[in-house]
Amino acid sequence: MKKTELISKKISSLLNEFPFLSAFFNDNGLELKGKKELTLPEYFAEFDEDEIEDRAIDAENLISQIGEFIEQMIAFLGKDEDIVKTVTILPGTDKSGDKEDFGKLEIHQGEIISIVGPTGSGKSRLLGDIEWVAQSDTPTSRKILVNNDIPDNKWRFSSSDKLVAQLSQNMNFVMDLSVFEFVELHAESRLVENKEDVISRIINKANDLAGEKFSPDTPITSLSGGQSRALMIADTAILSKSPIILIDEIENAGIDRKRALKLLLSEDKIVLMATHDPILALMGDKRIVIKNGGIYKIIDTTEEERTILSTLEEMDKTLLAYRTKLRSGEIITEIQKENIN
Amino acid sequence: MNLITVSGPPSSGKTSVILKTIESLKKKGFKVAVAKFDCLYTDDDKLYEKAGIPVKKGLSGALCPDHYFVSNVEEITKWGVDNKFDILISESAGLCNRCSPYIKGIKAVCVIDNLSGINTPKKIGPMLKSADIVVITKGDIVSQAEREVFASRVNTVNPAAAIMHINGLTGQGSFELSTLLYDESLNIETLKGKELRFPMPSALCSYCLGETRIGESYQMGNVRKMKMED
Repeated sequence: MKKTELISKKISSLLNEFPFLSAFFNDNGLELKGKKELTLPEYFAEFDEDEIEDRAIDAENLISQIGEFIEQMIAFLGKDEDIVKTVTILPGTDKSGDKEDFGKLEIHQGEIISIVGPTGSGKSRLLGDIEWVAQSDTPTSRKILVNNDIPDNKWRFSSSDKLVAQLSQNMNFVMDLSVFEFVELHAESRLVENKEDVISRIINKANDLAGEKFSPDTPITSLSGGQSRALMIADTAILSKSPIILIDEIENAGIDRKRALKLLLSEDKIVLMATHDPILALMGDKRIVIKNGGIYKIIDTTEEERTILSTLEEMDKTLLAYRTKLRSGEIITEIQKENIN
Repeated sequence: MNLITVSGPPSSGKTSVILKTIESLKKKGFKVAVAKFDCLYTDDDKLYEKAGIPVKKGLSGALCPDHYFVSNVEEITKWGVDNKFDILISESAGLCNRCSPYIKGIKAVCVIDNLSGINTPKKIGPMLKSADIVVITKGDIVSQAEREVFASRVNTVNPAAAIMHINGLTGQGSFELSTLLYDESLNIETLKGKELRFPMPSALCSYCLGETRIGESYQMGNVRKMKMED
């Protein structure tokens, strides 16, 4: 929209045309009551000098920001969802400057890729490269393609289009809201249309994943660790627009990890999972082994490993059963061997 | 030399972000220095020294820190130019959340953190609203949803800024920030003649001049009263 057009229209007709503008006025603390029939320059001219100084109002800057905001929102609302079907990693170098030994790694929608390697080996840099859609311009010189093409710059700078959403063990909820209000806030910032449906779907899914159920009016800060993780995963799966979800470990308590991954995949996400846990590592379709800052190996999970995975899962269940027993005050007398074999 | 002004509320992670970003800038061969402005006390100059970064420290003491900043920034710039630094980063805390000592034609970075609360973007004045780059820190300890909501609120109050997420502990994101800082066309030799992006509040009342007694009869000059009716 041209600036001349922007400054000649009444605020009421701007709001009519672009309802999202009310958020702009609200977040900038600009009261519109009784002033909607003014144009923007008339509106700002009504502030007296004291108000302008007190509240640091810069009319010219605000008008150009309104123009910018309208353009961004139109772009955001108007475009068809950019579907990211593949993300491709082209090799760079490790910390010693040696070239990474793989042709290219293509990751598809609906795939789980585990990332393994010692702490400090370069997992974060790999993720950083993906998030920043590196174009040989990061310390590793890796190149990232989206849908087999050189990616749009918006992945770097737009606040609404981020390639990677993150879930990690040490994340907390810090807001003083109920579960419902919290998810609602997120839904509003994403401008979803059928808000109520989306919110109840997220809360239901989260309850599916969590060991203990919780209600929509539970304060988020009083959720247990497992419930928090369940809500974070369900919320990210359904509301986050990022096509890639990075998971930094999921603790094996109070949450059904397998179903959590399934939920993410059912929402057509690409899941990257940095983990030291053998069960999670083997749940991946592939695993990337990181060493000395570089991708050292890419391994497809073998059939044999999948069989071993089910045995490991059985062992895991056995361990969890002991955990439950100890928690409920029982005394353990013998190892249940049949579960291990 | 490029001057870059970094400001943000206390404890938002400015120093960590700057330290990590300088690591990347140094690797590219830039000579970088820091001017640290604070009010009563700071130890951050030692952190910079430890990292081998030339640093000047200024404490505003009894003066408004932003006024103090503007009164000294030209001297700081001269120091940087004389020492042939490629980049001089000034770091200052915005204490009342209103001002921003940002200068027209000089890159301005605002650092705020996810823990400061969802309504914070609304509360911060030109420091956030007129920055060119907004760095959001402490994203590693809040949920994805809170990060997204917070970033979208920042975007609403400053749609033109580039929004970056940086983890001050690991430095994740600081390499990316380093690529946005240096701009050859923004090289300066002096700040003389440059202007602030936004005027600072003009407060000159009896308390500015050392009055300590409370009560209307002691108040003179630029005094304003709260509305107490209803």
